[in-house]
Amino acid sequence: MKHFTALYWQLDAAPRTQDKLAALVAYFAAVTPADAACAVGVLCGARQLRAVSTALLRQWAAEETGLPGWLVEDAYAHVGDLAETLALLLPDAASADAAPRAGLAEMIATTIHAIRDAEEARKREVVTATWRRLAPRERIVWHKLLTGGLRVGVSRTLVARALAELAGVEPAVMTHRLMGVAGGPLDADGFARLLAPETAADDRRPYPFFLAAAVDQPDPAAVATELGPVEAWQAEWKWDGMRAQIVRRGDDVTLWSRGEELVNGAFPEIVAAAALLPPGTVLDGELLAVGRRGPAGGLALLGFAALSKRAGRRTAPKQILTEIPAVFVAYDLVEHGGIDLRPQPLLHRRRVLEAVVPVCFSAALAGPTDGGVLFRSPLVEADSWEALAVRRAESRSRGVEGLMLKRRSSVYGTGRTRGDWWKWKIEPLEIDAVLLYAQAGHGRRAGLHSDYTLGVWDGDKLVTIAKAYSGLADTEIVEIDRIVRTTTLERHGPVRICRPTLVMQLAFEGVAASTRHKSGVAVRFPRIVRWRRDKTPAEAGTLADLRRMLAQFS
Amino acid sequence: MSVRLPHLLEVTDSGLYCAAGGFYVDPWRRVERAVITHAHADHARPGCGRYLCAAPGKTVLRTRMGGNATIDAVRYGAPTTINGVTVSLHPAGHVLGSAQVRIEHRGEIWVATGDYKLQADPTCAGFEPVACDVLITESTFGLPVYRWPDPALVAAEINAWWRANRDAGRTSVILAYALGKAQRLAALVDPEIGPIVAHGAVMKLVEAYRASGVKLPPIDRVPPRARRVGNGRALVIAPPSVLGGSWLKLFGETSLAVASGWMTVRGIRRRRGVEQGFVVSDHADFPGLLAAVEASGARRVLVTHGFADVLARYLRDKGLDAAPLATRFTGETPPDAAGDEDDHDGDDPPAAVSDGDQADHAARLPP
Repeated sequence: MKHFTALYWQLDAAPRTQDKLAALVAYFAAVTPADAACAVGVLCGARQLRAVSTALLRQWAAEETGLPGWLVEDAYAHVGDLAETLALLLPDAASADAAPRAGLAEMIATTIHAIRDAEEARKREVVTATWRRLAPRERIVWHKLLTGGLRVGVSRTLVARALAELAGVEPAVMTHRLMGVAGGPLDADGFARLLAPETAADDRRPYPFFLAAAVDQPDPAAVATELGPVEAWQAEWKWDGMRAQIVRRGDDVTLWSRGEELVNGAFPEIVAAAALLPPGTVLDGELLAVGRRGPAGGLALLGFAALSKRAGRRTAPKQILTEIPAVFVAYDLVEHGGIDLRPQPLLHRRRVLEAVVPVCFSAALAGPTDGGVLFRSPLVEADSWEALAVRRAESRSRGVEGLMLKRRSSVYGTGRTRGDWWKWKIEPLEIDAVLLYAQAGHGRRAGLHSDYTLGVWDGDKLVTIAKAYSGLADTEIVEIDRIVRTTTLERHGPVRICRPTLVMQLAFEGVAASTRHKSGVAVRFPRIVRWRRDKTPAEAGTLADLRRMLAQFS
Repeated sequence: MSVRLPHLLEVTDSGLYCAAGGFYVDPWRRVERAVITHAHADHARPGCGRYLCAAPGKTVLRTRMGGNATIDAVRYGAPTTINGVTVSLHPAGHVLGSAQVRIEHRGEIWVATGDYKLQADPTCAGFEPVACDVLITESTFGLPVYRWPDPALVAAEINAWWRANRDAGRTSVILAYALGKAQRLAALVDPEIGPIVAHGAVMKLVEAYRASGVKLPPIDRVPPRARRVGNGRALVIAPPSVLGGSWLKLFGETSLAVASGWMTVRGIRRRRGVEQGFVVSDHADFPGLLAAVEASGARRVLVTHGFADVLARYLRDKGLDAAPLATRFTGETPPDAAGDEDDHDGDDPPAAVSDGDQADHAARLPP
């Protein structure tokens, strides 16, 4: 635990990638394989399970320190990180430095896994005993492990580079070996296999996903200038689902999300259908939620929000399988007959894909009963950029996010290499909204009011429509923070109700009816585009504007 | 309604005012008579008719207020009379010459602490509790997450960082307020590791400290019009205002650190964009504030500068008669605006609010 804590703080403080890399290499070389295996999982964002709720942790910390609950909450609002707040509040352990330390693996096993299903009293006993033998910095790391919230500011690529250096293999090989790590726990043997000089490839792993970049300028003329003749490009709809790879090898199927989690359990019908693919096949595509529009209507796309209700589950209950049926729409064939097709041009991969997945997806005929669940992504045909732009304009009514443009000659690359794959998304909807409530942020923005609830006019009242965080420069946030402090009308815990003075230009992807906001509508993916210093609240948008958008696009 | 004694100190547009004595404590506007707790820019403003400060702080205050200012200095603890009100100044342990102001009139004793710390500091006299009826305390770090580590441990951390940088040929730059913190750091580190170099703003105060009899290790000034300074061995002490300018380029490759109580919190450190944060504060930490309140024996506590609402509520929870004292400064000092935990080198106090609605609100003492 001492080593891992030191690594955590080194990674946190080091501004240079070289220093981070050196810290990782030194760590992996110094600790036992069991600890290293645990650390790889944590650093690569393997799913962590919460052994103790944060509510209990706060309560116990308040009792342990003798501080009133409100003061613990105030401290949390200031620090912006619960694990850190509690670590700072708890009394120093008298013998923390002298006490012998368990390694990371043992620590996780004995103080986290061991109490996950224990009685509350037993949990508390272990937690308070652990507090007494950890130094404050160790407590922070341990709290994050305990509540399943440890994130480390280091990319998977960097972890792969460090391990590649230790194993003496190419970083790309290590990236591939690490692909599955987020899917399940890694043990000492697994770590040893990671470091093996030459392993028979673990053939259940997906390929690193090739990602598209957004076009710089969305207007068709600019796209034409940037990308050249339209004939060189293949266009498809940009689906509002979840990117995934189907890996059909040997005698089974693995379904991987882009976060490199194994999602077989959440999508059993896709896995069953994929079992019929020939072994040695890897499909790259999109998981989509589909539903029936009305009792007699055809099928329609339900969007990402519906899909995510399924995606988070380790196993999907029957009810949700019928309520939110899913399909897989393949847009690329990455492996065929056990051969890596990534170096082949897209044109070729697409031709083979048509043979492997013969049915093309269209929302009208898709469905678990009438058309199977495995489809090919249809191409969007057009003979000019202008014509393509016209098709793109259909996106919102089709429930897609725009177009994907892929160079017909492109290989299946790694990461987000610019040039061959582009997202040509439709432009967001926008409205000017008034800042009504503000709340202090977390992490880098701890103690600064950076989370805003915004509203629009409903007659002579302002009603809330969205909560938005991003889009402003740090200096603007500092300035707004001061305004928030001086225009506060009321405080409810960490939330300040402000006198309406600030207008923000809010962008969003869609409008839906909602019960959560007083306005009765909710906007999807809201984010602040800019602070409209030139506008007064009286000039902000209205609920009628939003209702018009709702009627137009749903 | 109970009969209340007249307030010995009240908040006015120009600052904390003693009507009986006709003087202000740390006024934020130009006034005739100012009693100064210490020379930081948010406590001492130029342009007042007459200043009163503690003797050890006279040279420092002179450096800040200019050669023409009329400054009276009194020994710590020595009573003086202003318009029939007895005033004495007592060590606050914040910076050289910092003082708590004790005011006695018609048997009632009030103490305004100014900024203070309980930790030992080789560059100034240590805090001494003063018994009183009403205590006005600061609360810059009035949250229980602020508990200072042992200065010896922090010194060891700074030395280790400096040594590692020196061995890697990187200059160590530590950002700290030019008055007080900078000198305390110079006295804290191990001068055997390498040369200590100070920014001009720091150097001016180093000289004032030395002239006041404070012992400091050898400190080099950065020569004017220098193009390159040192060879990666030095520890440079500079005010936070050098961030973002070209001055730091003089030193080639550097490692940047900030020394401040705010560095306790990781998010604040990350927002400052420096590699290292060292927890060194010239203010009292939360336990220090509680200890000072208790030692004063005050029957009523007014809390200002910082987490006033929080500390006052906590004291009330513990059964004390406590309330926040609204001043020109907002409730919480956002660390970003503060730069360092004290003010920046400019004239504006940290997180000064625009006048306006805050002003009327500030003009009343809480009931």
